[in-house]
Amino acid sequence: MTHLAELLEQFEENATKLGATVHWARDAAEHNEIVYGLLRDHDVKKLVKSKSMLTEECHLNPFLEKHGIEVTDTDLGEWLVQLREEAPSHIVMPAIHIRKEEVGELFHTVLGTEKGASDPKYLAEAARNALRQKFMAADAGLTGVNFAIAETGGFVVCTNEGNADLGVSLPKLHIACMGIEKMIPKPEHLGVMLRLLARSATGQPITTYSSHFHGPRPGAELHIVLVDNGRSNLLASKEFHRSLNCIRCGACMNTCPVYRRSGGHSYGTTVPGPIGSILAPARDAEEHSTLPYACSLCGSCTDVCPVKIDLHHQLLTWRREIALQGYVSLDKTVPMKLAAALFRRPWLFRLAGRVARAVVPWLPRFMLYNPLNPWGRQRELPEFPRESFQQAYARRQKSSERGS
Amino acid sequence: MSSRDTILKAIRNSQREATPLPTLEQNWLRFDDPVAHFTTVLQSVGGKCIRVSSTTEIDEQLNLFPQFESASVRTSAVEGVGKPTVNIDSINDPHELENIDFAVLEGQIAVAENGAVWVTDKTLKHRVLYFIAQHLALVVRTSSVVNNMHEAYRQLSFESPRFGAFVSGPSKTADIEQSLVIGAHGPRSHIVFLVDDES
Repeated sequence: MTHLAELLEQFEENATKLGATVHWARDAAEHNEIVYGLLRDHDVKKLVKSKSMLTEECHLNPFLEKHGIEVTDTDLGEWLVQLREEAPSHIVMPAIHIRKEEVGELFHTVLGTEKGASDPKYLAEAARNALRQKFMAADAGLTGVNFAIAETGGFVVCTNEGNADLGVSLPKLHIACMGIEKMIPKPEHLGVMLRLLARSATGQPITTYSSHFHGPRPGAELHIVLVDNGRSNLLASKEFHRSLNCIRCGACMNTCPVYRRSGGHSYGTTVPGPIGSILAPARDAEEHSTLPYACSLCGSCTDVCPVKIDLHHQLLTWRREIALQGYVSLDKTVPMKLAAALFRRPWLFRLAGRVARAVVPWLPRFMLYNPLNPWGRQRELPEFPRESFQQAYARRQKSSERGS
Repeated sequence: MSSRDTILKAIRNSQREATPLPTLEQNWLRFDDPVAHFTTVLQSVGGKCIRVSSTTEIDEQLNLFPQFESASVRTSAVEGVGKPTVNIDSINDPHELENIDFAVLEGQIAVAENGAVWVTDKTLKHRVLYFIAQHLALVVRTSSVVNNMHEAYRQLSFESPRFGAFVSGPSKTADIEQSLVIGAHGPRSHIVFLVDDES
């Protein structure tokens, strides 16, 4: 990352030498325009897409559909969420939230498979046949990029299904979209990276297909779109630049107790989980201000991260950052200030405790469970003890002194 | 200023102290019997490895597979192997390869670490064959089995426009409730023949 500018220039030069065309996009809108421009110039009506969380981040599909281009996500999981008009809920397993019965229902409606079918093998076979038609009919293929190699000007795409390769080996136009952080210096570094990615993503020794693209196929065109979309801002940040090391393996979400309970959709971002909660506020701190707080700081993500991103430290740092930028809402800041005032004064704390113990149990419900107390919407207060911990402790000390 | 220059300038402005490139000269994993390890790993990822003394034995082995027996459209890039019914070089549009049932193709390097075989389109007219065939057999020299990815990359060069891939087992998906299904978009079965004969 500390040589990123040189690596990108080297990559551009070498990729161009191999016959590819390199484009640069500052943001999502520019990226979408570039892709649409290429498709329009080549008179593309049907596009097959695979492995690209970046185009998801840029909301490319709705943009292209608006211009009358049929886009098909060919990764089975991505296709499932596309058919359901949802967003992926995991970066490696996009349809992890869908039950096989629901897939059966969906395919019954869309593909006319047997009603009530839920055998994954049968359903996957139906998808294979349907998507083969899409591959055969596509005018262009679009892929993401897992790693781009500065020294050679090539890039690598990893899949298990083989969809990326089918998608770009048939039509005459291949567009590859990548974030600028995907750069590695030399091909031999892939020996480490490919191992890390598969092992951390699914536990495989390597993904089934690790395809190395160097220049276009004879008689075809290859276009590479390099996208910034906030990444150079992250690079400039002293606290958060390490999040750019992410290889999108998904290990942090697989281990995260919050992700595992709440699922990927609850984040409302393209990349969910711990890494998503760091990347999203970097793009828009106000919109995603609550994400770094939805974390128990257990540190499990940091433990499993294969590229050693200090995830939970960055999440903590984001909380401070968000507070400094003033994006913490009043219903949090006011009680926090009150609490700080209370805890700074032991006498006040003791007095408040005594009053609460005496008064709260007698209060009518409407005074305790009202809109001022969102905590109480789904919860009951515990029963109030008659004495405080301090009092109980003092009493125990006294009686044990007497006993000895 | 162009987007290219804006992006590069932004990166340069935020560049911090350079980190030196770590060395790849390390004591990477090696195996007492790389061929045996390759066979085991390939099996664990859904493939099958068969060792033969010369290419003439391959057809005999293939005949034992019902997928080969019942394949009506076959193609081969290995001389005298695979009873081809379609000549790859006579086809110009890769879309015409849609109906290939069984393809016998060449592999360059076999990696013991992960059961992967390096394939390229150097001598193959249509690279889509590795992915579009219903069933795939790769023929690799036994002497080209290496221990790990680092040894493999040492042999590879990427100077000319070329496609290459590490293929490890048949295509697969676990996107429906995380149940593993073999045969997603690419081949449904994957056999690697290791040939001892060097001629």
